[in-house]
Amino acid sequence: MKARFPQRFSAWGLVRHGLTGDDWPKVWRSPELRRSYDVVIIGAGVHGLATAYYLAARHGITNVAVVDRGYVGGGGSGRNTAILRSNYLTPEGVAFYDRSLQLYRNLSSELNFNVMFSRRGHLTLAHNDSSLRTMRWRAEVNKVAGIDSEVIGPDEIKRLVPMMDTSDRTRYPILGALYHPPGGIIRHDAVVWGYARAADSFGVHIHQNTEVTGIDVDVSGGTTGRVRGVQTARGPISAPVVVNCTAGWASLISAMAGVGLPIITHPLQAAVTEPVKMFLDPVVVSGTLHVYVSQTDRGELVFGASVDPFASYSMRSSLEFLEELAGHVLQLMPSLATMRVLRQWAGLCDMTPDYSPIIGVTPVEGFLVDVGWGTYGFKAGPAAGEAVASLIGTGRVPELVAGFDLARFDDGRLVGEKGAAAVGH
Amino acid sequence: MILVPCPHCGPRNASEFRYLGEERARPDPVAATPPEWRQYLYRRTNPAGWTTETWHHSSGCRAFLTVERHTVTNEIRSCTVAGAHT
Repeated sequence: MKARFPQRFSAWGLVRHGLTGDDWPKVWRSPELRRSYDVVIIGAGVHGLATAYYLAARHGITNVAVVDRGYVGGGGSGRNTAILRSNYLTPEGVAFYDRSLQLYRNLSSELNFNVMFSRRGHLTLAHNDSSLRTMRWRAEVNKVAGIDSEVIGPDEIKRLVPMMDTSDRTRYPILGALYHPPGGIIRHDAVVWGYARAADSFGVHIHQNTEVTGIDVDVSGGTTGRVRGVQTARGPISAPVVVNCTAGWASLISAMAGVGLPIITHPLQAAVTEPVKMFLDPVVVSGTLHVYVSQTDRGELVFGASVDPFASYSMRSSLEFLEELAGHVLQLMPSLATMRVLRQWAGLCDMTPDYSPIIGVTPVEGFLVDVGWGTYGFKAGPAAGEAVASLIGTGRVPELVAGFDLARFDDGRLVGEKGAAAVGH
Repeated sequence: MILVPCPHCGPRNASEFRYLGEERARPDPVAATPPEWRQYLYRRTNPAGWTTETWHHSSGCRAFLTVERHTVTNEIRSCTVAGAHT
Protein backbone atom coordinates (compact mmCIF):
# COMPACT_ATOMS: atom_id res chain seq x y z
CA MET A 1 0.00 0.00 0.00
CA LYS A 2 1.13 3.57 -0.64
CA ALA A 3 0.67 6.35 1.87
CA ARG A 4 -1.94 8.97 0.88
CA PHE A 5 -0.41 12.16 2.27
CA PRO A 6 -2.67 15.22 2.41
CA GLN A 7 0.19 17.04 0.72
CA ARG A 8 3.50 15.71 -0.55
CA PHE A 9 6.66 17.58 0.35
CA SER A 10 8.75 18.55 -2.66
CA ALA A 11 10.99 21.35 -3.93
CA TRP A 12 8.04 22.67 -5.94
CA GLY A 13 5.83 22.63 -2.83
CA LEU A 14 8.47 24.62 -0.94
CA VAL A 15 8.61 27.27 -3.65
CA ARG A 16 4.80 27.47 -3.84
CA HIS A 17 4.43 27.86 -0.09
CA GLY A 18 7.20 30.44 -0.07
CA LEU A 19 5.38 32.49 -2.70
CA THR A 20 1.81 32.14 -1.44
CA GLY A 21 2.46 32.16 2.31
CA ASP A 22 -0.15 29.41 2.77
CA ASP A 23 0.01 27.43 6.00
CA TRP A 24 1.49 23.96 5.76
CA PRO A 25 -1.03 21.25 6.64
CA LYS A 26 -0.73 19.57 10.05
CA VAL A 27 1.84 16.80 9.81
CA TRP A 28 -0.50 14.41 11.59
CA ARG A 29 -4.05 14.70 12.90
CA SER A 30 -5.43 14.46 16.45
CA PRO A 31 -8.37 12.07 16.00
CA GLU A 32 -11.08 11.15 18.49
CA LEU A 33 -10.13 8.25 20.77
CA ARG A 34 -12.11 5.16 19.74
CA ARG A 35 -13.17 2.58 22.30
CA SER A 36 -11.74 -0.28 20.28
CA TYR A 37 -8.79 -0.89 17.94
CA ASP A 38 -7.23 -3.94 16.29
CA VAL A 39 -3.82 -3.07 17.71
CA VAL A 40 -2.83 -0.69 20.51
CA ILE A 41 0.83 0.35 20.57
CA ILE A 42 2.08 1.91 23.80
CA GLY A 43 4.81 4.47 23.20
CA ALA A 44 4.91 7.03 20.36
CA GLY A 45 8.64 6.92 19.75
CA VAL A 46 10.52 5.59 16.76
CA HIS A 47 9.72 1.96 17.68
CA GLY A 48 6.00 2.45 18.25
CA LEU A 49 5.46 4.65 15.21
CA ALA A 50 7.60 2.49 12.92
CA THR A 51 5.56 -0.53 14.03
CA ALA A 52 2.33 1.33 13.25
CA TYR A 53 3.64 2.47 9.88
CA TYR A 54 4.81 -0.99 8.76
CA LEU A 55 1.57 -2.56 10.03
CA ALA A 56 -0.37 -0.23 7.75
CA ALA A 57 2.02 -0.11 4.78
CA ARG A 58 3.06 -3.78 4.58
CA HIS A 59 0.17 -5.65 6.19
CA GLY A 60 -2.88 -3.45 5.57
CA ILE A 61 -3.70 -3.25 9.30
CA THR A 62 -4.77 0.37 9.78
CA ASN A 63 -7.18 0.22 12.74
CA VAL A 64 -4.24 0.95 15.03
CA ALA A 65 -3.76 3.36 17.91
CA VAL A 66 -0.39 4.62 19.13
CA VAL A 67 -0.81 5.99 22.66
CA ASP A 68 1.77 7.94 24.62
CA ARG A 69 1.91 9.49 28.06
CA GLY A 70 3.67 12.56 26.69
CA TYR A 71 4.28 13.77 23.15
CA VAL A 72 5.52 12.12 19.96
CA GLY A 73 9.24 11.41 20.23
CA GLY A 74 9.55 12.85 23.75
CA GLY A 75 11.37 9.88 25.26
CA GLY A 76 14.49 8.13 24.07
CA SER A 77 13.72 8.95 20.42
CA GLY A 78 14.33 12.64 21.08
CA ARG A 79 17.19 12.18 23.54
CA ASN A 80 19.61 9.85 21.78
CA THR A 81 22.71 10.94 19.91
CA ALA A 82 21.30 9.80 16.52
CA ILE A 83 24.24 7.56 15.53
CA LEU A 84 23.59 4.76 13.05
CA ARG A 85 25.87 1.75 12.51
CA SER A 86 25.76 -2.00 12.03
CA ASN A 87 29.26 -3.10 13.14
CA TYR A 88 28.03 -5.36 15.94
CA LEU A 89 29.64 -8.43 17.47
CA THR A 90 27.15 -11.30 17.19
CA PRO A 91 25.86 -12.56 13.81
CA GLU A 92 22.29 -11.94 15.07
CA GLY A 93 23.12 -8.36 15.99
CA VAL A 94 24.97 -7.63 12.75
CA ALA A 95 22.14 -8.94 10.55
CA PHE A 96 19.50 -7.08 12.52
CA TYR A 97 21.18 -3.67 12.73
CA ASP A 98 22.24 -3.87 9.09
CA ARG A 99 18.61 -4.31 8.09
CA SER A 100 17.82 -1.19 10.12
CA LEU A 101 20.58 0.76 8.41
CA GLN A 102 19.21 -0.32 5.00
CA LEU A 103 15.74 0.93 5.94
CA TYR A 104 17.18 4.20 7.28
CA ARG A 105 19.08 4.83 4.04
CA ASN A 106 15.86 4.82 1.99
CA LEU A 107 13.62 6.34 4.63
CA SER A 108 13.45 9.89 3.22
CA SER A 109 11.97 8.72 -0.08
CA GLU A 110 9.78 6.06 1.53
CA LEU A 111 8.21 8.51 4.00
CA ASN A 112 8.38 11.60 1.75
CA PHE A 113 10.05 13.33 4.69
CA ASN A 114 13.66 14.48 4.83
CA VAL A 115 15.23 12.54 7.70
CA MET A 116 18.67 13.98 6.86
CA PHE A 117 20.62 10.74 6.87
CA SER A 118 24.30 11.63 6.65
CA ARG A 119 26.77 8.84 5.89
CA ARG A 120 29.91 9.81 7.76
CA GLY A 121 31.80 6.68 8.64
CA HIS A 122 32.17 5.45 12.18
CA LEU A 123 35.43 5.08 14.11
CA THR A 124 35.63 3.01 17.29
CA LEU A 125 39.02 3.73 18.86
CA ALA A 126 41.11 1.11 20.60
CA HIS A 127 43.45 2.30 23.35
CA ASN A 128 44.69 -1.09 24.51
CA ASP A 129 45.43 -4.56 23.18
CA SER A 130 42.23 -6.16 24.42
CA SER A 131 39.97 -3.63 22.73
CA LEU A 132 42.04 -3.88 19.53
CA ARG A 133 41.44 -7.62 19.67
CA THR A 134 37.68 -7.06 20.03
CA MET A 135 37.82 -4.66 17.05
CA ARG A 136 39.51 -7.35 14.94
CA TRP A 137 36.87 -9.85 16.06
CA ARG A 138 34.07 -7.47 15.17
CA ALA A 139 35.67 -6.66 11.79
CA GLU A 140 35.80 -10.37 10.93
CA VAL A 141 32.19 -11.02 12.03
CA ASN A 142 31.13 -7.95 10.02
CA LYS A 143 33.02 -8.97 6.87
CA VAL A 144 31.49 -12.45 6.92
CA ALA A 145 28.07 -10.76 6.98
CA GLY A 146 29.10 -8.55 4.04
CA ILE A 147 29.39 -5.37 6.09
CA ASP A 148 32.07 -2.81 5.33
CA SER A 149 34.20 -2.77 8.48
CA GLU A 150 37.96 -2.91 8.99
CA VAL A 151 40.68 -2.21 11.54
CA ILE A 152 42.86 0.81 10.71
CA GLY A 153 45.98 2.28 12.31
CA PRO A 154 46.75 5.68 13.85
CA ASP A 155 48.01 7.19 10.58
CA GLU A 156 44.75 6.45 8.83
CA ILE A 157 42.81 7.79 11.84
CA LYS A 158 44.82 11.00 11.68
CA ARG A 159 43.97 11.30 7.98
CA LEU A 160 40.24 10.90 8.71
CA VAL A 161 40.24 13.16 11.79
CA PRO A 162 43.14 15.64 11.66
CA MET A 163 42.09 17.14 15.02
CA MET A 164 42.66 13.85 16.83
CA ASP A 165 45.68 13.50 19.10
CA THR A 166 47.11 10.24 17.76
CA SER A 167 50.51 10.73 19.42
CA ASP A 168 51.85 8.24 21.94
CA ARG A 169 52.23 10.94 24.61
CA THR A 170 48.67 10.80 25.94
CA ARG A 171 47.33 8.92 28.94
CA TYR A 172 45.59 6.44 26.63
CA PRO A 173 47.43 6.41 23.27
CA ILE A 174 45.33 5.36 20.28
CA LEU A 175 46.52 2.02 18.90
CA GLY A 176 43.96 1.63 16.13
CA ALA A 177 40.28 1.78 15.35
CA LEU A 178 37.43 -0.19 13.86
CA TYR A 179 36.42 1.82 10.80
CA HIS A 180 32.87 1.34 9.56
CA PRO A 181 32.26 3.59 6.51
CA PRO A 182 28.46 3.01 6.23
CA GLY A 183 27.85 4.41 9.73
CA GLY A 184 26.45 7.88 10.09
CA ILE A 185 24.05 10.24 11.78
CA ILE A 186 20.47 11.24 11.15
CA ARG A 187 17.95 13.85 12.34
CA HIS A 188 16.21 11.80 15.05
CA ASP A 189 13.15 14.04 15.45
CA ALA A 190 12.54 13.96 11.70
CA VAL A 191 12.54 10.15 11.76
CA VAL A 192 9.81 10.14 14.41
CA TRP A 193 7.78 12.85 12.70
CA GLY A 194 8.15 11.16 9.32
CA TYR A 195 6.87 7.85 10.65
CA ALA A 196 4.03 9.60 12.49
CA ARG A 197 2.96 11.46 9.35
CA ALA A 198 3.14 8.36 7.15
CA ALA A 199 1.26 6.19 9.68
CA ASP A 200 -1.37 8.92 10.08
CA SER A 201 -1.86 9.08 6.31
CA PHE A 202 -2.95 5.41 6.41
CA GLY A 203 -5.50 6.18 9.12
CA VAL A 204 -3.47 5.14 12.17
CA HIS A 205 -4.54 7.12 15.27
CA ILE A 206 -1.85 8.85 17.29
CA HIS A 207 -2.99 9.81 20.79
CA GLN A 208 -0.59 11.99 22.73
CA ASN A 209 -1.10 12.81 26.41
CA THR A 210 -2.86 9.48 26.81
CA GLU A 211 -1.21 7.67 29.69
CA VAL A 212 -1.78 3.94 30.00
CA THR A 213 -2.76 3.19 33.60
CA GLY A 214 -3.51 -0.52 33.32
CA ILE A 215 -3.62 -3.49 30.97
CA ASP A 216 -6.69 -5.76 30.97
CA VAL A 217 -5.80 -9.43 30.93
CA ASP A 218 -8.44 -12.16 30.76
CA VAL A 219 -7.14 -15.05 32.86
CA SER A 220 -10.23 -17.28 32.57
CA GLY A 221 -8.86 -19.25 29.59
CA GLY A 222 -5.38 -20.14 30.77
CA THR A 223 -2.94 -19.60 33.57
CA THR A 224 -1.22 -16.53 32.14
CA GLY A 225 -4.20 -15.16 30.23
CA ARG A 226 -5.00 -13.18 27.13
CA VAL A 227 -4.86 -9.43 26.68
CA ARG A 228 -8.21 -7.63 26.30
CA GLY A 229 -7.17 -3.99 26.05
CA VAL A 230 -5.74 -1.12 28.04
CA GLN A 231 -6.98 1.38 30.58
CA THR A 232 -5.88 4.94 29.88
CA ALA A 233 -6.23 8.31 31.54
CA ARG A 234 -8.84 9.05 28.82
CA GLY A 235 -10.85 5.86 29.32
CA PRO A 236 -10.57 2.19 28.40
CA ILE A 237 -9.62 0.88 24.95
CA SER A 238 -10.27 -2.70 23.95
CA ALA A 239 -7.81 -4.44 21.64
CA PRO A 240 -6.77 -8.06 20.98
CA VAL A 241 -3.14 -7.04 20.47
CA VAL A 242 -1.18 -4.66 22.72
CA VAL A 243 2.47 -3.82 21.99
CA ASN A 244 4.85 -2.44 24.61
CA CYS A 245 7.31 -0.02 22.96
CA THR A 246 8.12 2.05 26.02
CA ALA A 247 11.91 1.61 26.36
CA GLY A 248 12.97 2.97 29.76
CA TRP A 249 9.48 2.47 31.18
CA ALA A 250 9.07 -1.04 29.73
CA SER A 251 9.21 -2.81 33.10
CA LEU A 252 6.37 -0.69 34.49
CA ILE A 253 4.08 -1.28 31.48
CA SER A 254 4.85 -5.03 31.37
CA ALA A 255 4.16 -5.33 35.09
CA MET A 256 0.61 -4.07 34.37
CA ALA A 257 0.11 -7.24 32.29
CA GLY A 258 1.85 -9.38 34.89
CA VAL A 259 4.91 -9.97 32.70
CA GLY A 260 8.29 -9.72 34.44
CA LEU A 261 11.25 -8.52 32.39
CA PRO A 262 15.04 -8.82 32.87
CA ILE A 263 15.45 -5.07 32.48
CA ILE A 264 17.17 -2.41 34.57
CA THR A 265 16.51 1.25 33.70
CA HIS A 266 19.61 3.45 33.68
CA PRO A 267 19.81 7.11 32.69
CA LEU A 268 22.20 7.99 29.86
CA GLN A 269 23.42 11.55 29.57
CA ALA A 270 24.39 13.56 26.52
CA ALA A 271 25.45 17.11 25.72
CA VAL A 272 25.71 19.42 22.73
CA THR A 273 28.02 22.38 21.99
CA GLU A 274 27.54 25.60 20.09
CA PRO A 275 27.72 25.15 16.29
CA VAL A 276 31.09 25.61 14.58
CA LYS A 277 32.42 25.18 11.05
CA MET A 278 32.49 21.55 9.90
CA PHE A 279 35.72 19.84 10.88
CA LEU A 280 34.68 16.38 12.07
CA ASP A 281 33.43 14.04 9.39
CA PRO A 282 33.23 10.58 11.03
CA VAL A 283 31.51 9.63 14.25
CA VAL A 284 34.27 9.02 16.83
CA VAL A 285 33.80 6.59 19.70
CA SER A 286 36.18 5.68 22.49
CA GLY A 287 35.22 2.89 24.83
CA THR A 288 38.16 3.45 27.16
CA LEU A 289 37.36 7.14 27.52
CA HIS A 290 33.58 6.51 27.71
CA VAL A 291 32.70 9.04 25.07
CA TYR A 292 31.30 9.37 21.57
CA VAL A 293 31.44 12.51 19.44
CA SER A 294 29.79 13.50 16.19
CA GLN A 295 29.24 16.81 14.43
CA THR A 296 25.72 17.45 13.21
CA ASP A 297 24.97 18.96 9.82
CA ARG A 298 24.34 22.23 11.69
CA GLY A 299 27.87 22.12 13.12
CA GLU A 300 27.11 21.33 16.74
CA LEU A 301 29.19 18.66 18.44
CA VAL A 302 27.02 16.00 20.07
CA PHE A 303 28.59 14.08 22.94
CA GLY A 304 27.36 10.94 24.62
CA ALA A 305 28.81 8.82 27.39
CA SER A 306 28.19 5.62 29.28
CA VAL A 307 25.02 5.07 31.31
CA ASP A 308 24.84 6.40 34.85
CA PRO A 309 26.23 3.75 37.22
CA PHE A 310 22.98 3.05 39.08
CA ALA A 311 19.37 2.30 38.12
CA SER A 312 17.10 5.33 38.08
CA TYR A 313 14.09 6.88 36.36
CA SER A 314 15.47 10.36 36.99
CA MET A 315 16.19 12.38 33.86
CA ARG A 316 18.26 15.05 35.61
CA SER A 317 21.71 15.64 34.24
CA SER A 318 24.73 16.15 36.45
CA LEU A 319 27.77 18.44 36.56
CA GLU A 320 29.92 15.42 37.34
CA PHE A 321 28.96 13.92 33.98
CA LEU A 322 29.86 17.10 32.12
CA GLU A 323 33.23 17.45 33.83
CA GLU A 324 34.19 13.87 33.11
CA LEU A 325 32.93 14.07 29.54
CA ALA A 326 34.80 17.29 28.80
CA GLY A 327 38.03 15.84 30.20
CA HIS A 328 37.72 12.79 28.00
CA VAL A 329 36.86 14.73 24.85
CA LEU A 330 39.91 16.93 25.38
CA GLN A 331 42.15 13.89 25.62
CA LEU A 332 41.01 12.96 22.11
CA MET A 333 40.90 16.46 20.61
CA PRO A 334 42.78 18.95 22.83
CA SER A 335 42.04 21.86 20.50
CA LEU A 336 38.35 21.80 21.49
CA ALA A 337 39.20 23.37 24.86
CA THR A 338 37.50 26.67 24.05
CA MET A 339 34.22 25.13 22.81
CA ARG A 340 31.15 26.01 24.86
CA VAL A 341 28.50 23.49 25.81
CA LEU A 342 24.96 24.67 24.99
CA ARG A 343 22.97 22.13 26.94
CA GLN A 344 22.97 18.67 28.44
CA TRP A 345 20.18 16.19 29.08
CA ALA A 346 19.44 12.60 30.03
CA GLY A 347 17.27 9.82 28.64
CA LEU A 348 16.33 6.42 29.99
CA CYS A 349 17.86 3.17 28.74
CA ASP A 350 16.25 -0.23 29.29
CA MET A 351 19.35 -2.37 29.82
CA THR A 352 19.16 -6.16 29.45
CA PRO A 353 21.72 -8.60 30.88
CA ASP A 354 23.11 -9.49 27.43
CA TYR A 355 22.78 -6.04 25.79
CA SER A 356 20.44 -7.50 23.17
CA PRO A 357 16.79 -6.52 22.81
CA ILE A 358 13.64 -8.44 23.67
CA ILE A 359 11.19 -8.66 20.74
CA GLY A 360 8.18 -10.87 20.40
CA VAL A 361 5.58 -12.74 22.36
CA THR A 362 5.18 -12.94 26.13
CA PRO A 363 3.38 -15.51 28.31
CA VAL A 364 0.28 -13.28 28.02
CA GLU A 365 -1.33 -13.97 24.64
CA GLY A 366 -1.66 -10.86 22.49
CA PHE A 367 0.75 -8.83 24.65
CA LEU A 368 3.91 -8.23 22.63
CA VAL A 369 7.13 -6.53 23.66
CA ASP A 370 9.68 -4.53 21.68
CA VAL A 371 11.90 -3.49 24.58
CA GLY A 372 15.30 -3.95 26.18
CA TRP A 373 17.07 -1.76 23.64
CA GLY A 374 19.46 -0.30 26.15
CA THR A 375 21.69 2.13 24.33
CA TYR A 376 20.97 0.73 20.84
CA GLY A 377 17.30 1.64 20.52
CA PHE A 378 17.26 4.48 18.06
CA LYS A 379 19.43 2.82 15.41
CA ALA A 380 17.21 -0.27 15.63
CA GLY A 381 13.86 1.50 15.22
CA PRO A 382 12.97 0.71 11.59
CA ALA A 383 14.02 -2.95 11.67
CA ALA A 384 12.30 -3.50 15.01
CA GLY A 385 9.09 -1.86 13.76
CA GLU A 386 9.21 -3.97 10.61
CA ALA A 387 9.75 -7.16 12.63
CA VAL A 388 6.95 -6.50 15.14
CA ALA A 389 4.56 -5.52 12.33
CA SER A 390 5.44 -8.75 10.52
CA LEU A 391 4.85 -10.75 13.72
CA ILE A 392 1.39 -9.19 14.13
CA GLY A 393 0.52 -9.33 10.42
CA THR A 394 1.61 -12.91 9.72
CA GLY A 395 1.56 -14.48 13.17
CA ARG A 396 5.10 -15.78 12.63
CA VAL A 397 8.27 -14.56 14.33
CA PRO A 398 10.60 -13.15 11.62
CA GLU A 399 13.90 -15.03 11.42
CA LEU A 400 15.79 -11.77 11.91
CA VAL A 401 14.58 -11.45 15.51
CA ALA A 402 14.06 -15.13 16.40
CA GLY A 403 17.07 -15.04 18.74
CA PHE A 404 15.75 -12.02 20.65
CA ASP A 405 12.76 -13.68 22.36
CA LEU A 406 11.92 -13.19 26.03
CA ALA A 407 12.14 -16.93 26.76
CA ARG A 408 15.90 -16.93 26.08
CA PHE A 409 16.51 -15.70 29.62
CA ASP A 410 14.74 -18.76 31.05
CA ASP A 411 16.48 -21.14 28.62
CA GLY A 412 19.93 -19.61 28.94
CA ARG A 413 20.30 -18.61 25.24
CA LEU A 414 21.72 -15.14 25.79
CA VAL A 415 22.97 -13.13 22.79
CA GLY A 416 26.02 -11.38 24.25
CA GLU A 417 26.31 -8.00 22.55
CA LYS A 418 28.19 -6.10 25.25
CA GLY A 419 31.40 -6.26 23.21
CA ALA A 420 29.80 -4.02 20.58
CA ALA A 421 28.64 -1.40 23.05
CA ALA A 422 29.95 1.97 21.94
CA VAL A 423 31.44 2.56 25.38
CA GLY A 424 31.76 0.34 28.44
CA HIS A 425 28.41 0.62 30.17
CA MET B 1 25.01 12.73 40.98
CA ILE B 2 23.77 11.84 44.42
CA LEU B 3 25.16 11.59 47.94
CA VAL B 4 24.98 8.27 49.77
CA PRO B 5 24.93 8.63 53.58
CA CYS B 6 27.40 5.86 54.47
CA PRO B 7 27.01 4.92 58.17
CA HIS B 8 30.81 4.75 58.51
CA CYS B 9 32.02 7.58 56.30
CA GLY B 10 29.13 10.05 56.27
CA PRO B 11 27.61 11.49 53.07
CA ARG B 12 29.81 10.51 50.15
CA ASN B 13 29.48 10.97 46.39
CA ALA B 14 27.79 8.02 44.65
CA SER B 15 30.82 7.65 42.36
CA GLU B 16 32.71 6.16 45.34
CA PHE B 17 30.25 3.29 45.45
CA ARG B 18 29.51 0.29 43.32
CA TYR B 19 25.82 -0.24 42.72
CA LEU B 20 24.85 -3.90 43.07
CA GLY B 21 21.15 -3.70 42.29
CA GLU B 22 17.84 -4.34 43.96
CA GLU B 23 17.65 -6.72 46.87
CA ARG B 24 16.15 -10.10 45.97
CA ALA B 25 15.83 -13.51 47.59
CA ARG B 26 18.48 -16.01 46.49
CA PRO B 27 17.01 -19.45 45.88
CA ASP B 28 18.70 -22.55 47.26
CA PRO B 29 21.40 -23.26 44.63
CA VAL B 30 21.03 -27.03 45.14
CA ALA B 31 17.24 -27.22 44.99
CA ALA B 32 16.58 -24.51 42.37
CA THR B 33 15.83 -25.60 38.81
CA PRO B 34 17.85 -23.87 36.04
CA PRO B 35 14.87 -21.64 35.03
CA GLU B 36 14.38 -20.62 38.69
CA TRP B 37 18.05 -19.79 39.00
CA ARG B 38 17.96 -17.76 35.78
CA GLN B 39 14.91 -15.88 37.06
CA TYR B 40 16.98 -14.96 40.09
CA LEU B 41 19.94 -13.96 37.90
CA TYR B 42 18.09 -11.88 35.33
CA ARG B 43 14.54 -10.85 36.33
CA ARG B 44 14.18 -7.50 38.08
CA THR B 45 11.13 -5.58 39.30
CA ASN B 46 12.87 -2.34 38.21
CA PRO B 47 10.34 -0.20 40.13
CA ALA B 48 9.72 3.53 39.75
CA GLY B 49 9.52 4.47 43.42
CA TRP B 50 10.97 3.32 46.72
CA THR B 51 13.21 0.29 46.49
CA THR B 52 15.71 -1.52 48.69
CA GLU B 53 19.07 -2.20 47.11
CA THR B 54 22.67 -3.12 47.86
CA TRP B 55 25.59 -0.75 47.39
CA HIS B 56 29.28 -1.44 48.01
CA HIS B 57 31.44 1.42 49.27
CA SER B 58 34.29 0.18 47.09
CA SER B 59 36.35 3.39 47.26
CA GLY B 60 35.62 4.00 50.94
CA CYS B 61 35.11 1.74 53.93
CA ARG B 62 34.42 -1.24 51.60
CA ALA B 63 31.27 -2.13 53.52
CA PHE B 64 28.22 -3.58 51.78
CA LEU B 65 25.25 -1.32 52.45
CA THR B 66 21.49 -1.72 52.32
CA VAL B 67 20.07 1.46 50.82
CA GLU B 68 16.44 2.54 50.56
CA ARG B 69 16.22 4.86 47.57
CA HIS B 70 13.48 6.44 45.48
CA THR B 71 14.34 5.65 41.86
CA VAL B 72 12.51 8.67 40.42
CA THR B 73 13.87 11.37 42.74
CA ASN B 74 17.05 9.52 43.85
CA GLU B 75 16.22 10.50 47.44
CA ILE B 76 17.79 8.10 49.98
CA ARG B 77 15.86 7.60 53.20
CA SER B 78 17.99 4.97 54.89
CA CYS B 79 21.43 3.48 54.55
CA THR B 80 22.59 0.72 56.86
CA VAL B 81 25.35 -1.86 56.88
CA ALA B 82 24.03 -4.90 54.99
CA GLY B 83 23.32 -7.90 57.18
CA ALA B 84 23.53 -5.87 60.41
CA HIS B 85 19.73 -5.59 60.72
CA THR B 86 18.97 -9.30 60.35
